[in-house]
Amino acid sequence: MHEIYNLVTGPLAWLAWGIFIVGSIYRLAIMYILAKKKDGPSLAYMSWGFSLRSIINWLIPFNALGWRRNPVMTVATFAFHICLVLAPIFLLAHVALWDQFFGVEYPVFRENVTDIMSMIVVAGGLVFAGRRLFQKEVRYVTTCQDWLILVIAVLPFLTGILAYHQIFNYQTMVILHILTGEIMLAAIPFTRLSHMLFAVFTRAYMGSEFGGVRRVKDW
Amino acid sequence: MGIQDRLIEDVGLREGVKRLTEDKIEQVVQAVLKGETGARLAAYNEICMRCGLCSEACHFYLSHDGDPSYSPVGKVQQTMAVLLKKKGRVSPDFIYGMAQIAYTECNLCRRCVHFCPVGIDTGYIMSTVRRICHKLGVTPQYIQDTAHSHSATFNQMWVKDDEWIDTLQWQEDEARDEFPSLRIPLDKEGADIYYSVIAPEPKFRTQLIYQAAAIFTAAGVDWTMPSEPGWDNSDMCMFTGDFEMMGRLKRRHFESAQKLKVKRIVMGECGHAFRSVYDMGNRWVAWKMYPVPVIHSIEFFWELMKQGKIKLAKKYPGPVTVHDPCNVVRGRGHHEKLRELVRFLIDGDIVEMASNREHAICCTAGGGVINCGPPFKNVRLAGSKAKAEELKATGVKTIVAPCHNCHGGLEDTVHRYKLGMDIKFLGDIIYECMEKPS
Ligand code: SF4
Ligand code: SF4
Repeated sequence: MHEIYNLVTGPLAWLAWGIFIVGSIYRLAIMYILAKKKDGPSLAYMSWGFSLRSIINWLIPFNALGWRRNPVMTVATFAFHICLVLAPIFLLAHVALWDQFFGVEYPVFRENVTDIMSMIVVAGGLVFAGRRLFQKEVRYVTTCQDWLILVIAVLPFLTGILAYHQIFNYQTMVILHILTGEIMLAAIPFTRLSHMLFAVFTRAYMGSEFGGVRRVKDW
Repeated sequence: MGIQDRLIEDVGLREGVKRLTEDKIEQVVQAVLKGETGARLAAYNEICMRCGLCSEACHFYLSHDGDPSYSPVGKVQQTMAVLLKKKGRVSPDFIYGMAQIAYTECNLCRRCVHFCPVGIDTGYIMSTVRRICHKLGVTPQYIQDTAHSHSATFNQMWVKDDEWIDTLQWQEDEARDEFPSLRIPLDKEGADIYYSVIAPEPKFRTQLIYQAAAIFTAAGVDWTMPSEPGWDNSDMCMFTGDFEMMGRLKRRHFESAQKLKVKRIVMGECGHAFRSVYDMGNRWVAWKMYPVPVIHSIEFFWELMKQGKIKLAKKYPGPVTVHDPCNVVRGRGHHEKLRELVRFLIDGDIVEMASNREHAICCTAGGGVINCGPPFKNVRLAGSKAKAEELKATGVKTIVAPCHNCHGGLEDTVHRYKLGMDIKFLGDIIYECMEKPS
């Protein structure tokens, strides 16, 4: 058990972070080079102002038409993403690890807060899964990749909750938690989770086109 | 559920796919994907979350009781997603269905962009699918006819050079009864404006040229029309995916205006022609800014009105509703000017449809869909049910729609759904209400 723990917190952690960071930079760079080479007529219209205008407006819940028409999805999406990003960063146990390995320290959320946030992530995942199963326009287009990333994104939180509440074997859960977290990190650049990297640019581009060329809003 | 369950016979599509083999398809698809598309398509394909939020944007989906195969992402899933996944190795039968979706079940209206959180432009994806179909030689017969006409005559209706001049002179003649001083000045160098129209105007909506001439005369505008090809600003080649021809058309249009050294081009009440200038054609010929300023007649009429150059003898009886053509509103932000102008012209209120301005639902004719002709008419009209409901809910008798395509589409819709509404161009109303000499 101890050896596996050392493995997942040692070499595997380095590997996961490595794949995540190097992979993300690689993917962004390749995409940028491709855009330069092939999307000149589109790049020419990129504008900071309209990019930000679009991004900000889409970050406001119920502001965009798409959000307004789907209240359940809106609440689920915002709650899911906010918690998914913030909970791991400000989780006490994680910060303790940063401290232990690198001597980095910063403020943390209270443990019951991160616990609830993790539950929100799992609940959000359930909403997404429910839509994939029962809403016909979503079911029609769902592919294996969509299920895969949903599972990849939810598992670290699910195992985290189980470990925190010491349900099942604590040791095993912690190891599974770390492992699934690492899988998620490594999967970001190479699966649909890459929307984390690219959505900002597609949104910015659409905002630039709509603002600068079409002179209307795009939300 | 899916395109294969609703295939429609069309000679252009049928003959086109007969000539295909899987090898040929693969080769063409790869050529377009590698040669013409880039990060945009790659990113769209990768980060579409298949969340289905875009579904509710699309009138085809709304009008078909939420059939998922009509949703924007559903259409991408049945076309581009497959091409990318199979690297272009698909069967000719698949191409048939793909062409039918891209040409006849998507108006490229881009309403879906307003619903997609990650900013995917389904219109662009469908245009790319059409581009591939064009290169494969699989296009609906009717729209291909107009594209051929463009290649041969530089106008979409095969109007011959002498017929064009004849038609203008005929309208000038007719109008002189009413306006003795009226002229349609041809090839006038250095005029303030160059007026360009779409070929269906001289072909079968000549009264629109008459009205424009009357309005310009009454307003004292210094204008001209060209006697040579270049006068037709329409662009079906943009919609068939024949981008080479689209580029030639744009060049010709601008060159004919440059030759006359005019100050500005004013385009008639047509939307898609405008799109081809601001969005597609200009990029294909690598102009970030076009060589001659171009404005749509909504803007021009609005200017004339603001400057007090058009005097009204009466106001048009309202209330009316306003249809926002996607290419001049979602495409160019003319919704407020349009409303200001309409308020000026009518006596009564504007009753807005549930979806309006940049969020307006498409007329279901645009994007070349109406140009695909009779085989697809019933599908198109089934797809405009959502629009018909919104129109009906306004309870008014008049629709103001400043776009030829929208007119065609709305006329059919009004007829099919028994809405009993009149559809007016801005030119119709201005002409009817302005002060006429005599
Ligand atoms: S018709 Fe309009 S809303 Fe529907 S998929 Fe095409 S562009 Fe999107
Ligand atoms: S809303 Fe956007 S991300 Fe969601 S399915 Fe439609 S195109 Fe894909």
